[in-house]
Amino acid sequence: MSPSIFVATILTGALCGFGLALSTLVRPEAVLAFLRLQDFGLLFVMGGAIAVTMATYQLAPRILTRPVFRLAFDTAPGELNRRKVVGAAIFGIGWGICGVCPSPALAALGAGDFTVGIAAVAIFAGAYVQGRWFG
Amino acid sequence: LTPYEDSELPARLAFVVGLVLAPLVYLAAGGSIAQTVSSDLPLMAAAGLLVGFGAVYGGGCTSGHGVCGLASLDKASALAVLTFMTTGIITANIVAALGGR
Repeated sequence: MSPSIFVATILTGALCGFGLALSTLVRPEAVLAFLRLQDFGLLFVMGGAIAVTMATYQLAPRILTRPVFRLAFDTAPGELNRRKVVGAAIFGIGWGICGVCPSPALAALGAGDFTVGIAAVAIFAGAYVQGRWFG
Repeated sequence: LTPYEDSELPARLAFVVGLVLAPLVYLAAGGSIAQTVSSDLPLMAAAGLLVGFGAVYGGGCTSGHGVCGLASLDKASALAVLTFMTTGIITANIVAALGGR
């Protein structure tokens, strides 16, 4: 991986983290207010992100011969199986309790949020347990 | 820019580094992010374990299935999103009803 791509990838991560901070999605309270159906702001954040990503996914392969950072475009895996549903159900239960999902957890680490930091460490641990014994 | 082939790990690490650094820049630029107050750290940790386990077991989270999966019109991702939204909404309301934060 070339240094320029490495730096450019850091910037893409930073753009994502900046968006999460600006949209208050780094705050578990905002996420839990949505899940309790009290505040639908999160729907606009997610809807906006999906719209931009969908436009990019549809247009980029027609305009570019290959992605800027990669050698070839991938297709969506699309395979429907039990694991996806079971994993999503478990993820949702944890998300409903703490209001923290992986990307905001990492961004909140940068914001120095101790409570979310605890959740972030636990997310790593959960991912490790999955890979070690259930992979 | 020279594209990378199979060096997925450095690419993922670079993305994570950016994700962690961005809020620092946001704060330095005068933005503010309120700190989370939780009286129940063990519960946060237990919930985090479920989030990490479930996200990897199910092959995606709100970003993977939610944003990228739905944006690529992936049916399996749509089912995953429907599933975690349902369990998330039910769980959050149960926690609220039990007097959780």
